[in-house]
Amino acid sequence: MKTEVFEPKIVAFCCHYCAYSSADLAGVTRIQYPPNVRIIRTPCTGRLETEYFMKAFENGADGVLVAGCLEGGCHFVEGNLCAKRRVNYTRDMLEEIGIEKERLRMVNISAAMARPLADTITDMVETVRKLGPSPLRKSKVQSPSGSAKATPDKQSKVQCLKPKVLTTNC
Amino acid sequence: MIVAQRKNIPELLAIVEKHKKVLLLGCGTCVTVCLAGGQREVSIIASALRMAAKLKGRPLEVEELTIERQCDNVFLEQAAEAIKNADAVLSIGCGAGVQAIAERYSNKPVYAGLNTAFIGILEERGVWAEKCAACGECVLHLYGGICPITRCAKKMMNGPCSGSREDRCEVNADRPCAWQLIYKRLKEIGQLDRLKEIKKPKNWRPSQSGGCRQIIREDHRV
Repeated sequence: MKTEVFEPKIVAFCCHYCAYSSADLAGVTRIQYPPNVRIIRTPCTGRLETEYFMKAFENGADGVLVAGCLEGGCHFVEGNLCAKRRVNYTRDMLEEIGIEKERLRMVNISAAMARPLADTITDMVETVRKLGPSPLRKSKVQSPSGSAKATPDKQSKVQCLKPKVLTTNC
Repeated sequence: MIVAQRKNIPELLAIVEKHKKVLLLGCGTCVTVCLAGGQREVSIIASALRMAAKLKGRPLEVEELTIERQCDNVFLEQAAEAIKNADAVLSIGCGAGVQAIAERYSNKPVYAGLNTAFIGILEERGVWAEKCAACGECVLHLYGGICPITRCAKKMMNGPCSGSREDRCEVNADRPCAWQLIYKRLKEIGQLDRLKEIKKPKNWRPSQSGGCRQIIREDHRV
């Protein structure tokens, strides 16, 4: 049987004023973090709605990371607090659906915290790696028209390896 | 406005169990304002349903549409094509919206995706509170604009009950005593003398005692 290495796909919504800048700083200072994250810059985490997280999971993300400013340090006063509540709401909804809530996480990072950002991303990647691929990628479904439309069952073939590292400014 | 709350995802999935193609129909009026059944919620619930169905290995296609008002035939017309193409409609409008669709499309299964809760207002961000019981015979003019039917746990017409603590209701300490509010309000507007009049027992006939209520305006009929 062909063995596939499971590499988590993680969508990271990063606030322009903090986490995105700290990712920049991580690049400048050559701090490395796993290449599993796809960073999406947002004007503020308060801009993020529940549907953004849902669509990310629906479209195949294994995990979603929301990185906003430190509490009390939001450029728009309380955008990160709004995001925190929405993330908690979505985590509950994910549980209702049958997806582990640990796949969605919010962290607070300032623009100067390049090392904590890298550590957070590594931790998130490891958490998702332990959980395995998104259950949505594992499930087999027939299309409503009746024709078989099976997604490959990767779980049985998954082999977890240590994360690769990438210099962010590469 | 009418305030509602969504049913949970496993319950919604069980409701549409027999169908493969479902139209998730939102409403752009009250339930949009109370964040239960507007365009955004349609998108969220549709995603949730698709994912939950996929996890159960069930084929389910969820179409998304939101119209301005579900309880009005004129607006329902905009959903005609989508309703026709779906096996069933899962409405996330209020109970009136669901029934309006069911009446108009007699051969199409229509289900309620929300629990319609009450007529209320937004008290603070994310908090809605009931303000009107639609009892059919409004008494607000007697009580300074604060409804004892809705807001007093004991529905007392001649209060207070003397069970309140400070200004809190003894039935639910999280809520203010309606009669405390009525007293303060009448005092502020100089109408405390209204409390001297003993109110007769409320006439509940205009309420739901006689089944489904109807209002007929002959001047508007054709």
